[in-house]
This record gives sequence, structure tokens and C-alpha cells, in this order.
Amino acid sequence: MNLMKVEPSRRDALALAGLAGLAALLAPRMSFADVAAVDAEIKKLYGDKKFESGKIRLDVPEIAENGLVVPVNVDVESPMTDADYVKAVHVFADGNPLPGIVSYKFTPACGKAAASTRMRLAQTQNIVCIAEMSNGSLYSTKANVKVTIGGCGG
Amino acid sequence: MATTPTPRVRVPTQAKPGELIEIKTLISHEMESGQRKDASGKIVPRKIINTFVATFNGKMVFEAEWNPAISANPYQSFFYKASESGELVFTWKDDDGSNYTSKHKLTVA
Repeated sequence: MNLMKVEPSRRDALALAGLAGLAALLAPRMSFADVAAVDAEIKKLYGDKKFESGKIRLDVPEIAENGLVVPVNVDVESPMTDADYVKAVHVFADGNPLPGIVSYKFTPACGKAAASTRMRLAQTQNIVCIAEMSNGSLYSTKANVKVTIGGCGG
Repeated sequence: MATTPTPRVRVPTQAKPGELIEIKTLISHEMESGQRKDASGKIVPRKIINTFVATFNGKMVFEAEWNPAISANPYQSFFYKASESGELVFTWKDDDGSNYTSKHKLTVA
């Protein structure tokens, strides 16, 4: 059998353009952040610095039935003295319309680098948590949350 | 919900020196994310509490920057290591410029 050389005709090109337009129309009305958006946010804060693992305990439910109120509890291991403490903790989501969730600033007066709040999640996604120590070292961790009912008006 | 946001805070009034106390706060606020559309299809403008600050005798202890992903009626808990008697002041900063504060005396003995 002879293999036909396929050249895109004008008609094909038009059909493709039409398909692309249709896809754009069918796309969800909300655009969601992704892993790249979270990386960009982290880069904005800390540039290309390396992250170590450990020290952070990120406590989120494995399955969230209601995406409108998902508890998020962060606890970073640190002596919290004037010489060695946790300066900042940032929490991001890679499947929400906006990547940021919360940013904490801790001081040695806290005694413990732990905080809890409640967040909205639009869909099943990863929660990324990074911590900055007073000596400049950085730590990161992530956890996946399965969301059964999304919580961003969708 | 058009009522004034009312803060609710649970903090002990007395502590021993060096004691680690947990502070739990909750404020009523709709936390309009700016992502939602109303019945006519227009986007409801964002109106959230963007910052929560805790100070002790005027010195910053803890700060949380909230994004639209924080749930309505935002809850925030954190810790404070009691060292001396004084006043804990919590401030919530709204997008519209208003501040809501809550003050608590702490006796350390």
C-alpha cells in the first residue's frame, strides 16, 4: 500500500482553527493555578534556592467532603529561640484559581511554630508547604487532598 | 451577611512564666473570594480580610496573610509563650481598609 503524503490543506487548517475555538468555548469558565503557578510563587519568594525535606508536619485531611472548609494545620520543628526559629511558613495549592493560601510570620515569642486555619479547595489537588528558618535554610513538603465537593463557587 | 465582623477569641487570662498557650481566633466575615459570579453573571468583587496580626505589649508576635482561599468566617490558631504580664492585641485588616481589633489582658505569675 502506498503511503499518501498528507499535507494540511486550507480546509484542514480552517477545521483545526474551528476546533481550537470550540475547545476555548468549552473550557471551564475559571482558570486554575497549576504546579507551575505554585513554583512561580515560590521562585518569587526565594529564587532558585534549594529546599530540604523534613521538619514540617503538614496536617490536612486525606479526603475533604466539603471543599469550602478544609482544616489545614502546620507544625514546624524548631526550638524557637532568638538564635534559631522559624521565620515564615507559606502554604500553596496547585488546583485553586489562585495558588496562595496563607503566609505566616513567626517570632521567637510564639514558642512554637504551629498554626491552624481553614481553607477553600476547588478540586482534588496538592497542598505545598514551605518553611523558612532564621538561618536562611528552607524546607518543603506536600500533601494531596481529595475533594468531593469543590469550594470555589463551582 | 452585611453585619459587622465580630471577633471571637479564646485566650487564657492567666499563665505561668514560660507556659505555652494556644490562642484560637474566629471572626465572622464573608471572605468574598472575587471568583464567584452573581445571578446576573457578574463577578462579585473580592472582599476579604487580608491580614491578621497578633501583638504583645506592642511587639509583633504572629502574623498571617490570608488569600482568597481562606474559608468564610476565618479561623486562626497559633501559640504564644508567656513571659510577662501584658496585653495581647489582635487586629484583622479588611480589604476595604477597616480594622477590627480585640484586646486581652494576660497575667503571668
